[in-house]
Amino acid sequence: MKTCLVVDDSKVIRMVARKILEELNFSVVEAEDGKVALEACKSRLPDGVLLDWNMPVMDGIEFLNELRALPGGERVAVVFCTTENDLQHIQDALAAGANEYIMKPFDSEIIQTKFSQVGLI
Amino acid sequence: MNTADFEFLASILKQRSGLVLAPEKAYLLESRLMPVARKFGFAGLPELIVTVRKERPEELLRDITEAMTTNESLFFRDMKPFDQFRNLVVPKLVESRQSTRRIRIWSAAASSGQEPYSIAIILMEMQSLLAGWDVEITATDISVEMLNRARSGLYTQFEVQRGLPIATLVKYFKQVGEKWRLDAGVRSMVKFKEFNLLDDPAALGRFDIVFCRNVLIYFDQQTKAEVLARIAKAMPGDGVLYLGGAETVLGITDRFVPITGHRGMYGIAGGEPALKSA
Ligand SMILES: C[S@@+](CC[C@H](N)C(=O)[O-])C[C@H]1O[C@@H](n2cnc3c(N)ncnc32)[C@H](O)[C@@H]1O
Repeated sequence: MKTCLVVDDSKVIRMVARKILEELNFSVVEAEDGKVALEACKSRLPDGVLLDWNMPVMDGIEFLNELRALPGGERVAVVFCTTENDLQHIQDALAAGANEYIMKPFDSEIIQTKFSQVGLI
Repeated sequence: MNTADFEFLASILKQRSGLVLAPEKAYLLESRLMPVARKFGFAGLPELIVTVRKERPEELLRDITEAMTTNESLFFRDMKPFDQFRNLVVPKLVESRQSTRRIRIWSAAASSGQEPYSIAIILMEMQSLLAGWDVEITATDISVEMLNRARSGLYTQFEVQRGLPIATLVKYFKQVGEKWRLDAGVRSMVKFKEFNLLDDPAALGRFDIVFCRNVLIYFDQQTKAEVLARIAKAMPGDGVLYLGGAETVLGITDRFVPITGHRGMYGIAGGEPALKSA
């Protein structure tokens, strides 16, 4: 079973994402900001990360930079999932090493397609 | 809606587009035709039906037919068929068409354009291989409204997320307000035309590759067989046909045979499909 870390400061979003991902056979770990997520990655790297952008303490981009610097961190598939839906943000995310990008609102079909595009499914 | 009215409208649909409407879908008629009734100033469906019975106005018949078609589509639908197109079919055609340097592709139920544009994006990415080649993509549909949407190349956020890899979105689309518009360069690779699959496609010419996906499912067996026979006539012996995931030629026509190991792909019976061995 593959593991996915869901990083979002909204509890509701984490719940929705968890439900979708569990139906897709992922084992899900949650984190409410980038810092908590990074700690989780340091103890065990997930196969994939579903990542919000704007979060308190540490935002998505900063987390992504830190993750890519960890040993093996470059192998984790990172899919942004954010309300930031303009071209500039998307380009910045790709430049920072994001593998895919979901513009909220999302549904299970979009998650499924994006996750298969990055090879998680 | 009473049975007579349902059967009347269903027969119009069948006759004009081949679409078969099961009685349990009567509710669809009501929900989809109300906007048409309003557009033409009728108080409701009964008034619309009276006029259709009496005068059969072409404009109205066309709108009724369009309203009843299912137009759902997405970019790179089911992914695999498009991977095979890119990796196996086009490279093989590039070998076998060296003398003419011409490839013709038909998207035969193009809807809002995601299918022909997915093809165009793939070919754009293969530019270096295809330099100096004349590659034509003809995209047809019965729905004028869908063709106009397709030509505009404008898609909602929801539509671009369904199937388009983010890198492709960034590379080939521009943001226009809430929507995304496909680059003019890619749009210009596709020629859109109105065409009814119940008609003879001879005037469209011959096609090396035909995508006829997710439309045959709405037809009855005989119509499927006739449509497939006409498509077969428009293809060379090494042509490749793509059908939707829930469609097949088996038990319907012997003009096409499934290509072993490649779901959704069909070759001309007795021919050798253009397919590079993987
Ligand atoms: C569900 S869409 C399929 C779109 C695309 N091929 C795909 O697979 O995503 C079906 C399309 O078939 C078109 N259609 C239905 N009957 C037709 C006919 N008789 N001739 C041509 N197009 C037809 C509809 O207008 C609609 O756009």
